[in-house]
This record gives sequence, structure tokens and C-alpha cells, in this order.
Amino acid sequence: MTHPEQPWTPDPTLAEPVTEQAPVRLQAGEAADAAEATTADAPRRIDTTGEWRRVSPKYILVDLIGSAIAAVVVVVVAVVLGVIFEQAWPWWIMGGLLLAIALGAAFTPRRIRSIGYQLRQDDLLFRRGIMWTRMVAVPYGRMQLIDINRGPVARAFGLAELKFVTASAATAIVLPGLPAEEAEDLRDHLVEVAESRRTGL
Amino acid sequence: MTDETDAPRPPFGNLPPQQPAPGSEPQPGYPVAAQPEYFPVQHQPPRDQRNLTDGEWHRLHPATPLLRGGIAFLAITGFVIANLRERLVELFLPGAGDTAEENYDPLTYVWEHGYVGLALLAVFVVLLVVMAGFFVSWRMHTFRVTDEAVEVRSGILFRTHRNAKLDRIQGVGISRPFLPRLFGAAKMEVSVAGADASVKLEYLYSRDADNLRRDVLTLASGVRLAEKGLAPAPTVGPGGIENEQVLSRIVNERVSEFLAPELDPGTAPPESVVRIPVGRLIGSTVLSIGSVLILALAVVMIVSIVNGQIWSLFWFIPSVIGLGSYFWSTITKSLRYSIAGTPSGVRIGFGLFSTSNDTLPPGRVHAIEISQSVLWRPFGWWQVKINKAGLSAEDAIGGKGNTTVLPVGTLTDVSRVVELLLGLPASEDLRDELQLAINEPSRSGFTLSPRRARWFDPFAWKRTGYSLRDGLLLFRKGVVWRKLDILPLARMVSFSVSQGPVERMFRLASARAHTVLGPITPTLPVIGTAEAARLYEEVSAGIVAASLADHSHRWAQTVPDAGPAPENFS
Repeated sequence: MTHPEQPWTPDPTLAEPVTEQAPVRLQAGEAADAAEATTADAPRRIDTTGEWRRVSPKYILVDLIGSAIAAVVVVVVAVVLGVIFEQAWPWWIMGGLLLAIALGAAFTPRRIRSIGYQLRQDDLLFRRGIMWTRMVAVPYGRMQLIDINRGPVARAFGLAELKFVTASAATAIVLPGLPAEEAEDLRDHLVEVAESRRTGL
Repeated sequence: MTDETDAPRPPFGNLPPQQPAPGSEPQPGYPVAAQPEYFPVQHQPPRDQRNLTDGEWHRLHPATPLLRGGIAFLAITGFVIANLRERLVELFLPGAGDTAEENYDPLTYVWEHGYVGLALLAVFVVLLVVMAGFFVSWRMHTFRVTDEAVEVRSGILFRTHRNAKLDRIQGVGISRPFLPRLFGAAKMEVSVAGADASVKLEYLYSRDADNLRRDVLTLASGVRLAEKGLAPAPTVGPGGIENEQVLSRIVNERVSEFLAPELDPGTAPPESVVRIPVGRLIGSTVLSIGSVLILALAVVMIVSIVNGQIWSLFWFIPSVIGLGSYFWSTITKSLRYSIAGTPSGVRIGFGLFSTSNDTLPPGRVHAIEISQSVLWRPFGWWQVKINKAGLSAEDAIGGKGNTTVLPVGTLTDVSRVVELLLGLPASEDLRDELQLAINEPSRSGFTLSPRRARWFDPFAWKRTGYSLRDGLLLFRKGVVWRKLDILPLARMVSFSVSQGPVERMFRLASARAHTVLGPITPTLPVIGTAEAARLYEEVSAGIVAASLADHSHRWAQTVPDAGPAPENFS
């Protein structure tokens, strides 16, 4: 059985030009990994061939704003608690939480650049994570629902999030930081190919 | 009790089949507006010729409201009667008890004020309303089986209408809990893909259930009933009401139904392919984690008793009773285990007192796991579990819904069960193949995890690996619990590989196949990165290829009859 549809190609104006981004293809660590892979019998990092599409770099800012909001909430709560109890422990907790948020924020750009997806002929690949890497392959025919979610901050930046629902809860694919129009086009495209490749579970 | 089940068909059965319903329904005193479409009057032929798959609406077993909710009403009635017992004794045997002032209760009040007539009337009205409610809910609870779907509608004020598309059916289970069994009733559950989306027909006549399931599955398979010669004779005209209400016949029928084997000889091969000897069943239950727990508890208790702490009995005895009842239910559930291949799929039966049997059509098994705990190893016993669609989340995780398809068996039994589940032809080779895959996966075409995985998984690394063959993905893993997962690619939802920082240090990764929710979580705990990448590529391509070649949603349909409809495109 042949599928006449070609792989999805986004509108060039909407596509994220990969080259425009900061050095994302090979981070320093990955370069070292690659060098080592030539000497060792196996690569350190699992990867697959093909070009990964990345999410919008604006999403880094969205995520950082989210972290900043979390930090503000922590500070406010700590101040309130500190005033009420007049003790030192809220400040210690606040310090710890702020440190954690700052650490998370420091890795945010890399973490978000690690999110990638590939639209192949018959399936969608998704990967994320730098420390804990995860790669998922879902055939289009297995998708049951595709949700578009837009949070308030993401909306301000014109971004949306695609959530894929399959028969298995473990599939768990959420693709954040897509430009809203691209997200809708992608959804329509995926619904279409899912329909034509539908199988009886 | 039994009279009720075999009472003559309701008076509406006498009406000619084509007569429109509403006019025939002027039941005075019903608060419910009788809407025409809810009362399609159809003639019900003598029950042995009942054709339930003719696309018409049919009713369920008349005892249904009683079995579903009326038990509570009966219990309340019984409670009231029990409390009035003394009063009744006094009424018929005056002077047997002394009427004292402390016995003053509402009944005495009613008696003294001469409200007896009113009270009796009230009781009568309440009974009438309850009976009417039962009757109406029975009337309005109908089902039908068409070429496309199984549909059920029920409810008096709030109507519900459920429908299971035939090509989405994941299995049909018939269960006969103890009480309904006494009434000759059975519950049929048509599970479709989707958590908790099953259509329940509770309760059917027990004798109809097996035929109905066969017909539903035959329809679902894409074969027309008439082609198979299974379609019963067309519905005969009126006058089929049977009058032979001989009590002895009913009792005989009920008893023979109760004792009948779980596999109906007419629709299944007579022989279950696997038998579980009682000794093995008891032995395997005793050699489980539960008994280890009991031993540990016993040791703790003896130590505390020796130290003079008698109170430890307070928690020990209840926990032993709890575990004992767990053992008892496990054993009685599996006592009449049977598994056999039928034209409509694999039929698995369970249960001594409350029986249940499920038929899984071909291609509805999403994952198979063969496992053996270290306690069972000396005896060569194995257990087989499956993941199947259509279970609610808690059932799937809790291992309910008959997902254990072989409670205990030898490897030969396992190979027979796997053959049935995968629809393979019966052969003697599979047993050896399984044996080799479990004991020496390296010689069986498995890609094993590399030596450096020994730091990560010191005991099992030599026997952890995967193999892709014949549209199946096999995972071999474990030492204490030896496990072999068999995953049909055509059913797999998605596939992932992942890697944490420690795994990366050792150039290792882990893999996981995603299937529908069930007792099995098919993972490959450790594998080399290069192998993981290759596995990822092969499986993702394999799922697509296997799904394209898969036609099991209409498993018996070889030639599409009217061109490839969009939904049959796969």
C-alpha cells in the first residue's frame, strides 16, 4: 500500500531556520562524545539519523519567564512567612528553592534546544532531555487525539504546545514552543496522515 | 425464585410483531412517559430458537433489575420481616409471649389507632411502585446486535445508549457470578478499545449467552452469518409461547446448567489444550510471595510470643486469615481453568463458583509475558500474562480482568498457550524455541547487552537482550524473576529508548515498548547504545510495516466486499 502524501514540509516562512540558531548541532560535550565514539566500540549518546526539527528559540524565553514567576512566588511566600513567624527557616528554604530555580534556568537553553522532532514518511520521532535523554517513535496511525494548548505566557509570544494522545499513556509526547500557526498546520497534517494510516489499534 | 426466571414471556409477547408500540403501553400509574421508540414490540419466539443478532431490539433476563439493584431491596424486606418475627409469632400464637409496655413500637401504634388498613395499603403501594419500577427498567433495558455494532440502551429517566463497534471489539467475556447463576443468568461484556468503554449485557439468559457471543464474534470477524450457515431460522410467527411450566424441568435445567463445563461443547473443541492438576495449582500458590510473607510473619510472631508479647496475636491472626482467603480465592478461581481455540478466537475459562470466560478474537493480544519466580524454578512452572485493550486503568494495573491467561503451567503448556494467543499452527518446535530463548538467549538469535552492563545489572546482564523476528519483538530479562516478553509489532503503540547520565557513562541505554495498559510493562532494562539505536530504527519501521499488513480488525474477511472503505484501509 502506498501513501501518496509527501512528508510534511512547513511553510518556509514559518519554519525555524536551524542554521540561524546558536551552535546547536554539536555542543562542546557532544563533540567530545563524538570524538570518543570513534575510538570506542559504541557511541555514548544514543541518537538516530535524520535532521531534528527544533522548537522555537522564543520558547527559551517563555520557560525563563515561567522560572522567574516561580521565583517571585517563592520570594513572596518566604517574605510572608518570615514576617509572620519571625524566624530564619523560611529564608533558608527560599534560598534553596531559588538556587534550584536558578540552576534549572541555567540549563534551560540547552534543555529546550534538545527538544526535537522528525516527521518521517510513516511515523513521528520525538526526543528530549540532555541528562536524561528520551527518544520516542510513534506511527501516525497510532495517534488518537492531538491537542493544542496555549498558556498565557506562551500566547503572548505566539507559541503553542502540541500534545499527542495514543492508546498508551506511556507514549507521553508533548511538543512545546511551536509557533501557533505552525502548530495548527502540523496538527491538521498529522490528523490527515493519521486518518489515512489508521489501523484497528 | 426460579419460577420468575422462566415465567412466561410478558404479555406483550402476544402482540403481533408489527404493531406499533405506544398504543399498547397504557400502564396507568407510571410516571414515565412511554416514548414510542423505547417500546418496540417484537415477538419473542420460543427461546431455543431465539435469534438475538437479527438487528432488532431485545430485552434482557427478567431478573435483571433484581440482580442489579433489587438485592438491596430484598435485604431490607428480609430485615423488616426478621424484626417483625416476634410480632408475627404473637399474632398467630396468642399468649406465647407477654405483651409488655416496652414492646411499644410503631406497629402497636398502628394497631391501637385502627390504621391497619391504611398501613397495609401503604405497604402494598410501596411494593407496587417498586415492582413497577423493576418492570419498567427491565422493559427499557434493551440491546441489539447489528452488522456494525452491539448497542445497549437503558435507564428510565436518564437514558444511556452505549454502542460497541464490531470491528473495534477486543474481546467478549461471559461471567456467571454465583447468585445470577442460580437464576440462570449470565453477564456478557463486550470490551472495545478504550479504557472502561465496554458494553455490558447484564443479565442475559445463560443459555443464550454462548450463542450470542459466537454470533457477535462471527459478525465481527467480517463473515456474514448466513455464509457460515450459522444464521438461525427466520423468526417464526406468533403463538410460540410455551406453557410447559413444569417445576421439575426447570430445576433439572438449572442444575445441568450449573454443572455444565465452562466450555460449551458445541462451540469449542471439546478438549482444553492445557489442564492444571490440582496438586500443581495448590503447590504453585503455596510457593508464592504470599507464603514467604506468612513465614516471615510467623517467625516474627514466635519471637514476640517467646518474649512474652501475647498481643502480637492480634495482628498475626487477621493477616493469616487475609492471606488464607487470598490463597483460597486464587485456587478456586483457577480450579476449572480451561483454554481452547475457537473459530472466533481463544476462549479462556475460569472459576468454580463464579465462573467467567473470555473470548479473545485473533490479534487482540497486545503483549505476552512468560515469567517464572525463583521459587517455581525447581518445578519448571511458568505463568503467562497478557495485556489486552479495553480494561479500565485500575483493573489493568491490579491484574484484574482475567489478564493471567495461564496461572501455572509447564513450558509445554506455555508453548500451547502462546501458540493459541499468537495464532500460530500447533507444533512441537515452539517449546524448544522458548526453552532456548529463556535459557540460552545468545544461541537463539538474541542481541544481548554487552559485558560492560555488568556494573549496571550484575546478575541478569548475560540474559538481557532482544530479538526481532516474524513481526514479534522479544525481550528476555531477569534472574530472580525470569521473564520473556513477546510483543506483536502490529499491536505496539510506540517505542522509546532512554538514557540517564550513569547509563551514558557506560555507553548503555534502556528501551521500552508502549502498549495498552496492562499488567505487563515491556521494558528492556539495559542494552548497548549502538544496539539500542539499531533496535529503535528497526522497531519503528517494523511497527509501520506490521500495521499495514494487519487485517485483524475483520479477521476472517479475506476479500473486501465493496471496495476498500476508508476505515478498512490499513
